[in-house]
Amino acid sequence: MAEKKEIIPKKHPMPVQDPRERIRNFNEVALGYDEETAVAEAKRCLQCKKEPCRQGCPVEVDIPAFIRMVAERDFEGAIKKIKEKNALPAVCGRVCPQENQCEKYCTLGKKHEPVAIGRLERFCADWELARGVFPQEVAPPTGFKVAVVGSGPAGLTCAADLAKLGHKVTVFEALHVPGGVLMYGIPEFRLPKRVVQAEIDNLRNLGVEIVTNAVVGKFATVDELMEEEGYDAVFIGTGAGLPYFMNIPGENSCGVYSANEFLTRVNLMKAYLFPAWDTPIKVGRKVAVIGGGNVAMDAARTALRLGAEESWIVYRRTEKEMPARHEEVENAKEEGIKFAFLTNPVRILADEHGWVKGMECLRYELGEPDESGRRRPVPIPGSEFIMEVDTVVVAIGQAPNPLVPRTTRGLEIGKKGNIVADPATGATSKPGVFAGGDVVTGAATVILAMGAGRIAARSIHAYLMSKKA
Amino acid sequence: MFKILEKEVFSPVIKKMVVEAPRVARRCQAGQFVILRVQENGERIPLTIADFDREKGTITIVFQEVGKTTKLLGTLNAGDYILDFVGPLGTPSHIENFGTVVCVGGGVGIAPVFPIARALKEAGNYVISIIGARTKELLFWEDRMREVSDELLVTTDDGSYVRKGFVTDVLKELIEQRGKENINLVLAIGPQPMMRACCKVTGEYGIKTIVSLNSLMVDGTGMCGCCRVTVGGQTRFVCVDGPEFDGHQVDWDILARRSATFRQEEQRALELYTGQCKCGGGN
Ligand SMILES: Cc1cc2nc3c(=O)[nH]c(=O)nc-3n(C[C@H](O)[C@H](O)[C@H](O)COP(=O)(O)OP(=O)(O)OC[C@H]3O[C@@H](n4cnc5c(N)ncnc54)[C@H](O)[C@@H]3O)c2cc1C
Ligand SMILES: Cc1cc2nc3c(=O)[nH]c(=O)nc-3n(C[C@H](O)[C@H](O)[C@H](O)COP(=O)(O)OP(=O)(O)OC[C@H]3O[C@@H](n4cnc5c(N)ncnc54)[C@H](O)[C@@H]3O)c2cc1C
Ligand code: SF4
Ligand code: FES
Repeated sequence: MAEKKEIIPKKHPMPVQDPRERIRNFNEVALGYDEETAVAEAKRCLQCKKEPCRQGCPVEVDIPAFIRMVAERDFEGAIKKIKEKNALPAVCGRVCPQENQCEKYCTLGKKHEPVAIGRLERFCADWELARGVFPQEVAPPTGFKVAVVGSGPAGLTCAADLAKLGHKVTVFEALHVPGGVLMYGIPEFRLPKRVVQAEIDNLRNLGVEIVTNAVVGKFATVDELMEEEGYDAVFIGTGAGLPYFMNIPGENSCGVYSANEFLTRVNLMKAYLFPAWDTPIKVGRKVAVIGGGNVAMDAARTALRLGAEESWIVYRRTEKEMPARHEEVENAKEEGIKFAFLTNPVRILADEHGWVKGMECLRYELGEPDESGRRRPVPIPGSEFIMEVDTVVVAIGQAPNPLVPRTTRGLEIGKKGNIVADPATGATSKPGVFAGGDVVTGAATVILAMGAGRIAARSIHAYLMSKKA
Repeated sequence: MFKILEKEVFSPVIKKMVVEAPRVARRCQAGQFVILRVQENGERIPLTIADFDREKGTITIVFQEVGKTTKLLGTLNAGDYILDFVGPLGTPSHIENFGTVVCVGGGVGIAPVFPIARALKEAGNYVISIIGARTKELLFWEDRMREVSDELLVTTDDGSYVRKGFVTDVLKELIEQRGKENINLVLAIGPQPMMRACCKVTGEYGIKTIVSLNSLMVDGTGMCGCCRVTVGGQTRFVCVDGPEFDGHQVDWDILARRSATFRQEEQRALELYTGQCKCGGGN
């Protein structure tokens, strides 16, 4: 910070689709920086010697270096720099909660707005995607075979890193397309599926084989992959895809969806294009989404785009405790999503055809902090009231996918059904088997899953090399 | 892509296909199903594994054309490909020597009953099978069912073949004849009303009855809960906890209502499809 530099206090705004327009389509909301804006934003960076921003990045992207290159208009250098550490920059630049990560530690952020690191990362990745992706170097073959189970961000990152080290990697994915939550969960208007697919194709160029329609635990178990199919190591990145329901009366009425079902129909199966695409979806006039995370925001905003007249977020705490990304809460508000805070349903009411017609709710107040540090919501006795709605989406969280944990011999499983793995290595209780991402931590973030995939790749490599010796 | 090796037309609306799917064939067991997607803009639909050949790496499916996707599937021929074909899904049937088991297959439900009846027979059970269809031309696999059964009873709703009456009528007569204490288990697969009716009959005699539920599904791997049903007062996922359940514990009303969730949309998709199809191809 030696040179004197004029400080620009605010981030350069990113152009977005007009809220009145965008609630009628599934196109991406945020439109991205153009070159001039990106360069101008990059010039805000102070190039701090201590690089505080880097400690906030779970995969340790060399943030000041890539930003300097953007400022110098060396976009090719910038994207290469990012990709040394991050296999999915177009995704991360869009969906990371930067306010809790890199941007939280940015020096500028102490007095002003932090550098828009996420937007710059996204700019670089989009710049490359528009030109076709640069090939990456791959080490000579080692002769080892690794199976990666699940093609979410954890599995994809692990696969990419192992392939670069010269191992033969096969990814097994249960669904018909790879990508995990990036494909079935996060909506098109936040993360265009062509962006995800382009980044995945990139992995294929590294020699990673992706087998879809392959449910591990059903067509073969992890043990069989190792004992019969000759895989030397396995990485499990099967995510937290098991939806929680509220277990309240009426929950199996028609018109009650888990967020997973709702979003899978819309994103993976493209039900928003019905009948050109065959999978149907039905939303009523007034939709209530239960929960306050990213999943709830996505479901509520999706409902609006499917034609709901009113879309409500019903959350038992207050706005301050909502775990959703800040930007998405803002976007949701702009789009006219309504919020009922300190409210939770206790019963779902159905009409004579079994369809949802309302929810009996209780009002809450905040009590003492719980183990998560957030103040616990306490129901107010006698505060029952009826909220009239005709569609309910339950977005109160997901548990780790149980299939692989249940069918793998000798795997230690935690209390919540998660796989127990050493955070420093990704090693599980079973030799040669590593795990990471949501299946270990419970539902978390894209970048944490990627970080876990990277750590596991490093120790799988060490494990294989020690086998060789 | 999964190649169709053989196609057999049982009747204008019921077809059999043998599909090359070695990974599914290697491990599948009686009672399991697959999910398939015919083409890129298609939906995922569940179909039971009606037979399998581990050596050849093939899976046999039998389906009834009831809507857009099954009709579209029905237009494919040997040599064509199915885009996605995933399995084996669901929990295999619980097979042991129960004693005397009655296997009831209604309509296209005859196909899923077949591998279970075979496994029960191999496990040493005395297998009495009852198969039925609306009319003679909808009946199939009489010969195959006979092969895996000690006794086979056949019926048609309209009396066009063997005898007139529903499978439930035959089931009731059988129980009366043999005595409820001589029947250890009933397995019923077919349309929901038929399974429900079978459970009503066996409930009166207190005979344990297993049904294979056909709820709506999306992923079929337990991640969405679209397939959930209420069994014994608890929410269960048909695709992972089932598809087989104790029929006397199933809340049939909820199942029927949930199955009808998208009826209007299904109707619309079908009309659009058959409308388009008049210009050429189809059947
Ligand atoms: C709607 C929604 C919105 C979100 N928004 C954000 C956001 O804005 N920012 C953010 O950082 N995070 C967000 N998250 C969280 C983030 O997506 C997850 O933390 C992340 O995807 C976890 O990655 P993963 O690789 O562990 O698992 P997943 O992405 O869940 O991938 C697991 C994969 O494994 C497959 N699989 C499961 N079982 C098997 C099996 N037996 N055999 C083979 N394959 C199997 C699954 O089909 C899936 O493809 C969101 C999540 C959701 C649901
Ligand atoms: C585990 C499981 C195994 C199955 N096995 C077979 C099988 O071996 N052979 C076979 O022919 N069918 C089977 N089914 C039913 C089959 O999945 C449906 O017939 C199919 O999804 C209909 O798709 P469609 O687009 O052609 O019709 P749609 O347009 O979806 O529906 C047309 C009509 O069929 C009804 N329908 C839709 N889905 C189902 C369903 N799941 N069960 C009963 N009725 C339904 C609708 O209510 C509507 O009246 C199975 C279902 C499950 C859940
Ligand atoms: S902390 Fe902020 S200003 Fe400093 S180098 Fe990182 S991005 Fe630039
Ligand atoms: S079909 Fe999705 S959980 Fe069963």
